[in-house]
Amino acid sequence: MYTQSMDIPDGAAKKPTAVPDAMSEQEAAFEARIAADGRIEPQDWMPAAYRKTLVRQISQHAHSEIVGMLPEGNWISRAPSLKRKAILIAKVQDEGGHGLYLYSAAETLGTGRDEMLEGLHSGKAKYSSIFNYPTLNWADVGVIGWLVDGAAIMNQVPLCRCSYGPYARAMIRVCKEESFHQRQGYEALLVMMKGTEEQKAMVQDAVNRYWWKCLAMFGPPDADSPHSAQGMRWGIKRISNDDLRQKFIDATVPQAKVLGVTLPDPDLKWNEARGHYDYGQIDWDEFWNTVAGNGPCNKERLATRVKAHNDGQWVRDAALAYAHKQQERAIKEAA
Amino acid sequence: MSTLNDYLLHLADNAVVLGQRNAEWCGHGPVLEEDLALANVSLDHIGQARLLYQHAAAVIGGDASEDKLAYFREPHEFRNYTLLELPHRGPLVGYAAADRDYATTIVRNFLYSALMVMVWDKLQSSSDETLAAIAAKSLKETSYHLHHARDWLIRLGDGTEESHARAQAAVNHLLPYTEEFWTSSEAERAAVAAGVGVDVPALRADWDALVNETLAEATLTRPDFQGYITEGKVGLHSEHLSFLLGEMQGLARAHPNASW
Repeated sequence: MYTQSMDIPDGAAKKPTAVPDAMSEQEAAFEARIAADGRIEPQDWMPAAYRKTLVRQISQHAHSEIVGMLPEGNWISRAPSLKRKAILIAKVQDEGGHGLYLYSAAETLGTGRDEMLEGLHSGKAKYSSIFNYPTLNWADVGVIGWLVDGAAIMNQVPLCRCSYGPYARAMIRVCKEESFHQRQGYEALLVMMKGTEEQKAMVQDAVNRYWWKCLAMFGPPDADSPHSAQGMRWGIKRISNDDLRQKFIDATVPQAKVLGVTLPDPDLKWNEARGHYDYGQIDWDEFWNTVAGNGPCNKERLATRVKAHNDGQWVRDAALAYAHKQQERAIKEAA
Repeated sequence: MSTLNDYLLHLADNAVVLGQRNAEWCGHGPVLEEDLALANVSLDHIGQARLLYQHAAAVIGGDASEDKLAYFREPHEFRNYTLLELPHRGPLVGYAAADRDYATTIVRNFLYSALMVMVWDKLQSSSDETLAAIAAKSLKETSYHLHHARDWLIRLGDGTEESHARAQAAVNHLLPYTEEFWTSSEAERAAVAAGVGVDVPALRADWDALVNETLAEATLTRPDFQGYITEGKVGLHSEHLSFLLGEMQGLARAHPNASW
């Protein structure tokens, strides 16, 4: 899964930037490494803004993985076969694992997990808005695998080449698992589409509800992207929102045909001249309204995370208290 | 034939019911690492249940399948220990809202995995070869479950005042349910006689030693047993199981002709 915070526009392709006169030796070394498409590692000097952008992006990505456990987790107890239950538990657990690597990657930048969680719980930090929609029938689980994870892969594959080493390396593993998730989601839907009329209707209903939300996951159109070209220049963002969205649509339309579902866009058609599918208008008002906290599940998702964290405080306290006692005992024994 | 089947269902139902319960923590764990740990423990239990149900379905024959056994039997047909169907919370009636208390989860996982490492170990030499193979795989998994639950039980018992009190309350609540381990059902006796099953009451001294030693390290006390001995394994359950199964089986039962 993924966060839509990487909405930095295309256009400012990676050109070496003019080096200001006053640039320090450290800054010059950083810029040179970026220009040469090299990796920045935790111990390297980096501009404060680069560090801040990465902490924001990686922590939001981590939050998305954790919040994203909730809509799919909603169906674990009701999975209609033991095989699907096992697959779903493993899948949701993988998403939690992604959260763990990503929090760790962000920690290498000097921000602790507690501080990042505080950002999430206070509503200051965002997470992917796709998880603010409800999972209403079992096919939603398959559709999230196919479309939501599919969109995430489109976004995340370029991040494997991100200039910040720990993030890039985390993304390599995340992408491998997401690719597996996408295939399991699609396979679950294929089985349902060969099943009863009710099962087929569930799949179509889930596609209808998720298609447009998935297109919005790539972030606002390049022309309206609120962030500067800095991310592109820094090698954090590699491909523009609109280019990724188009790539996703072009890849997904044939998959929908094989599956036998209709994508809910009357304007969706092949444009021979462009060599791409044309598509209709995304409802950006609805998207921004949901990002702003007014989607169908924003309050439930956040309240659930806050409750889990608060309810778990005594467990974390106990683990710390025990670890301190063990340390004291070890010191006494050594004395 | 039906003896083996009853015995397999007892083992499978234990696994599916506890797997269902532990998965309730997914997305709600006290810390991310524990969220993942509980999901993995649950996944192992669902995996064990699948193998056992598949074996039972092969024994039953006809159109029996793992999912028919898991999804289309009534609560009174389930043969799991009552301990495993209880919510993650101290004594409450079945329809009471259940908050999750991690101490309850950890104590249950400890008490059950402490038994099952011994059961799976013995079952490796079951005269039923398939069951012996399932036992060998399950033993490895259950050893991890025991390790995880035991470590946490000690941390909670010897942690803060609050965690100690919660752990003690969970021990007091759950320990009486383990009395069910030591009464043998007809299916268990028949399975032992056939060389298929384990004489569980004979494991009691070893289990007691492990439990007592762990409770002592956790600075917890073992309450004297008094009260009712549950009989989930012969189909007489608590009020909680039908809620658990209602949720688990609902979708599958609404579409009995569907494949998933």
